[in-house]
Amino acid sequence: MFMGYSLGELGSIFAMQAFAGLILFSVFVLMALGLAIIFGQMGVINMAHGEFMILGAYMTYMTSHIFQTYIPGAYPVYFFVAMAVAFIVSGAAGLATEWLLIRHLYARPLDTLLATWGLSLIMQQAFRSIFGAREVGVELPQWMMGALPVTDVIEVQINGLFVMGLTLIITGAVALLLYRSRWGLQVRAVVANRTMSGAAGIDTRRVDRLTFGLGCGIAGIAGSAFTMIGSTGPTAGQLYIVDTFLVVVFGGAQSLLGTIFSAFTISQSQSTLEFFLTGSMAKVLTLLLVIGLLMLRPQGLFVLKVRR
Amino acid sequence: MSFDQKRPTGPSLSRRQLLAGTAALSAAALVSPHALAQAFPTAKVNTTGLAVTDTEVTVGILHSVTGTMAISETGSVQAEKLAISQINEAGGVLGRKIKFIQEDGGSDWPTFAEKAKKLLVQDKCASVMGCWTSASRKAVLPVFEQYNGMLYYPTFYEGLEQSKNVIYTGQEATQQIIAGLDWVTKEKGAKTFYLLGSDYIWPRTSNKIARKHIENHLKTKVVGEEYFPLGHTQFNSVINKIKLTKPDVIYAIIVGGSNVAFYKQLKAAGIDLSQQTLLTISVTEDEIDGIGGENIAGAFACMKYFQSLKNPNNEKFVAAFHKMWGDKTVIGDVTQAAYLGPWLWKLTVEKAGSFDIDKIAAASPGVEFTGAPEGYVKIHENHHLWSKTRVGRARTDGQYDLIYETANLVEPDPFPKGYQ
Repeated sequence: MFMGYSLGELGSIFAMQAFAGLILFSVFVLMALGLAIIFGQMGVINMAHGEFMILGAYMTYMTSHIFQTYIPGAYPVYFFVAMAVAFIVSGAAGLATEWLLIRHLYARPLDTLLATWGLSLIMQQAFRSIFGAREVGVELPQWMMGALPVTDVIEVQINGLFVMGLTLIITGAVALLLYRSRWGLQVRAVVANRTMSGAAGIDTRRVDRLTFGLGCGIAGIAGSAFTMIGSTGPTAGQLYIVDTFLVVVFGGAQSLLGTIFSAFTISQSQSTLEFFLTGSMAKVLTLLLVIGLLMLRPQGLFVLKVRR
Repeated sequence: MSFDQKRPTGPSLSRRQLLAGTAALSAAALVSPHALAQAFPTAKVNTTGLAVTDTEVTVGILHSVTGTMAISETGSVQAEKLAISQINEAGGVLGRKIKFIQEDGGSDWPTFAEKAKKLLVQDKCASVMGCWTSASRKAVLPVFEQYNGMLYYPTFYEGLEQSKNVIYTGQEATQQIIAGLDWVTKEKGAKTFYLLGSDYIWPRTSNKIARKHIENHLKTKVVGEEYFPLGHTQFNSVINKIKLTKPDVIYAIIVGGSNVAFYKQLKAAGIDLSQQTLLTISVTEDEIDGIGGENIAGAFACMKYFQSLKNPNNEKFVAAFHKMWGDKTVIGDVTQAAYLGPWLWKLTVEKAGSFDIDKIAAASPGVEFTGAPEGYVKIHENHHLWSKTRVGRARTDGQYDLIYETANLVEPDPFPKGYQ
């Protein structure tokens, strides 16, 4: 397939392909981050993660309409407000979910799987009743669309850059929270030994609630960002959930670094394979790679040494 | 539900006109159907125990209103209900009002089969309007054949099927593909094609037909062919490949949420659809709602119907649809095809003078519907429709401009020779 192209052209194509891989990497990190926090720190398998993302996407849709109708002058910057709204609403929904549902199930981790799956169905139907069964189109301000031409062939997608920047900021913020804040210290203590940290005076219930809320809030931001590249519909959350779990499980559930590393491995192999093979084959081979590595390392790539 | 039903009659109508109109309506609604129903006694027109009485006939509507397919099937349900209410206003079928029973397939194929059986065995429906995906149609087909029901299926599909118990009101693959490829070759001088699709039977069969036509008849070249799992949302790699191979035409059959991701990313990658020719057979006005007009403007779509078609039938249809379901609802190709179902059934029953399935199956070929929004249609011996193929170009407001239509009706050919 490389016959008849000059070296310069090939170089440009590979540069663009590398960029495509980086975008995919950012997308994976962004969608897995919220789940990794919840799954890793609390051991709760949140099957409704995709729906919390779509809640964020719908909030973006509503914010864009409100800006268009009432403050059209500020439309170019609505997206930042929308992400804040998405974080707050999804986060609040997460807190409520934890209080109403999850906290009663900590002793039965497998039941959380069933409960959150039920929750995801309820949320899907709620979206359908409120926003309609059809997909909604979220309009973007003009400056966020299109590409920046670097050379004749190389073009850099603006929304790709946006997602990459956003991922960097959010990952940085989460890392700071976990490793430099008092709350982060408490979370890490609870992960290491729940009973002992309770005995040491940490309010483990409060830590759990905040963790769940934060995870869902980040899912909301991710959903908001994905309106730029994907669809917004009642069941669109299902499109992301499989990849999200793949990244989290492959990375080792309790490690932030593991999540990032696994997102990198999966996104790079996926996008490289997709370029040389076809879309479906790339997916098959990526899954085979993940299964193979998980057979060798059942706990995932990075394992946190924890006394049980 | 529609809130427009309570809308008062337009102010332009005078009292006298209103009275005259009301009188004519009630005459049409009460006197003539009654006489008509007497001319066709139930014992004569229903010898097989269908749900037909002296005043009423029951039909089924079987679509997904929950689950992932609800996005697509909602429009079909709306169109079928509109057609049924219009037929009832015009006096019903053989003097009998149509009553419908709606079942939800729930985007789940076994559920479709189960509900189809319920509609046929328990409710004795005289016909069923329903299904959308090929998978759901394949699931209900044995049920319709076993219990001898009649299904009106609205979606354009891959062909390779024909049944006594199904009328296909959408296009089979060759009707949708060949004229479009001929057009793009002639008008755009296209020499190279890049075929894309979601990974299931319809895109694969359609691209197979497209490839045969491109290579054997047009003598041009396919430079790439690729499929993506349903729900795939990352298209940057394939977009790079497209940039590398520089095809004259991108031929895209991507469906569902993937569609939205594909067009958004295409636009973000700087591929300008006013320069790059893209021809799709999977994006109707319904899909553009989710994709966003600004992301797909300039793309060409090959369909048999566009909401913007200018003919008196269509103007009436669009106005009635908006009155019933709200001004913002868009009408795509399949929605129009679903609207044909109840009308074709009514015309067939009246031609056969009977509701019996065997008789309407036999009477179907040759039934003509001159009131179709797409123009004139006729049922072929193979139970598909003769219809025109049209090419439209997407505008930023989510509608299509009609660019080209075939001069004559295209013959349906579900088992095309040399294309398999």
